[in-house]
Amino acid sequence: MIDRLSTPNQRRAYGSGGINRVTSPWRAKSVPYITILLASLLPIWMLADVMPLAPPIGFLVFLGWRIMRPGLLPLWIGVPLGAFDDLFSGQPFGSGILLWSLTMIALEAIEARFPWRGFWQDWFTAGLAIVLYITAAMVVSGASLTVHLALAAIPQIIVGIMLYPLLARMIAWFDRFRLSRSRRVG
Amino acid sequence: MAPPSSRRSGFSKKQQYSVFTGYLLATLGAVVGLALLTISLWQPSAFQPLRGAASDAASPVGEATATVRAGGNNTWDTITAYWNAGGQNAQLRREVEIARIRLAEAEAVEAENRRLKALLGLTDEEEVDAIAATRLIGSSSSSARRFAYIGVGSSDNVAIGMPVHSERGVIGRVLETARGSSRVLLLTDSESVLPVRRASDQTVAFAEGRGDGLLRIRLINLGLNPLEIGDVFVTSGAGGYYRPGVAVAVLSEITSDGGIARLIAEPSATNYVVVEPIYEPLAVEASGVSARDELTQEELND
Repeated sequence: MIDRLSTPNQRRAYGSGGINRVTSPWRAKSVPYITILLASLLPIWMLADVMPLAPPIGFLVFLGWRIMRPGLLPLWIGVPLGAFDDLFSGQPFGSGILLWSLTMIALEAIEARFPWRGFWQDWFTAGLAIVLYITAAMVVSGASLTVHLALAAIPQIIVGIMLYPLLARMIAWFDRFRLSRSRRVG
Repeated sequence: MAPPSSRRSGFSKKQQYSVFTGYLLATLGAVVGLALLTISLWQPSAFQPLRGAASDAASPVGEATATVRAGGNNTWDTITAYWNAGGQNAQLRREVEIARIRLAEAEAVEAENRRLKALLGLTDEEEVDAIAATRLIGSSSSSARRFAYIGVGSSDNVAIGMPVHSERGVIGRVLETARGSSRVLLLTDSESVLPVRRASDQTVAFAEGRGDGLLRIRLINLGLNPLEIGDVFVTSGAGGYYRPGVAVAVLSEITSDGGIARLIAEPSATNYVVVEPIYEPLAVEASGVSARDELTQEELND
């Protein structure tokens, strides 16, 4: 249950402060979206002239939040977040909307099938999602598909999969920040 | 840990409906995405204003990162230069001597050129005035397409189709313009085709991007492949977008119908780029005519 803020458990877990501190609702609701949007922006400031170098960081962070905090992002959130990613990623507009929405639906199905999961299984799910996403994005990008194009995407896929554990730690940190008791009451 | 089962609706009708609505909206979103994707593949410029506004908003930060990137490149270059200073010194001295000889030869050729042109009654082309000088502020580094963004746009008189050069050679051409930023199609993109010729003679070819950083040189006249590794290719001026004689690529591998070439002007290694006017706007206009069936009477009269 993410809905109820500052249950007695959370009051112990998320930061010291006084007994008159609670989780700030604004922070708790905005942090995931802000991190995903910023991550979508990141790759355009890197200059890759020869081949796709940066993994789709926006998608990775989106995936991380979805896998680590199921139920936090509403099911339809792939539409606005994917549209924002499309504005900057260089993909034709609509590819992010489609692929991010499909990701949300697919992860929902996986969660219904495997309710008990560990980190390794999450990494496997994320890795599979990254491979499928990069391949699908390449197919719909409007580029003529050649062997060279496919080979050029391999480093990007590997970096993306290897980056997931790191991003998972970062998202965990953001999640603690999100729920930290910062708002003063009384 | 089992996830919090917020999707388990139990007997609450309200919960059941909200779960159902979530699935419905997500599916609708995917369908809308598919529709938008089809539109933007069919009409690539359909969402240009939207993207333009977004890249305008992001460009100030891009300027900052471009400055940092240029600084970083310089530091690295300085360090490597210290590392192999001695050998480089000797090599440079040899190269300068050869270059002096070549320069003298070039002066002779230039003089002869001037004489022959005067003979033919051709005026010397004046230097083209650049439209704008700017930095590359970003690129589509996570996509399979190779786009770059530059910090000037339609408010600086940049228009679609204008070639973008660095001090070493061709980078690409402007694909979309916004008010203060533009999108550039780099030569390495798989949809980029550039008419080139070999610098040493008139062997004409197309340089097509492969999507992995190399260019495929496809000869127009098939037959015996006259290319050799190390051949330099320059723009031929065909098509009317690029002015002729700008360096493009060096051949690194020979194939049956041409070769594989490496870029001379790598966008990531450049600090400043220059947007130049379209070389022959008339030729570009004329090539667009074929999209329609025939010319109108007024156009024929012109």
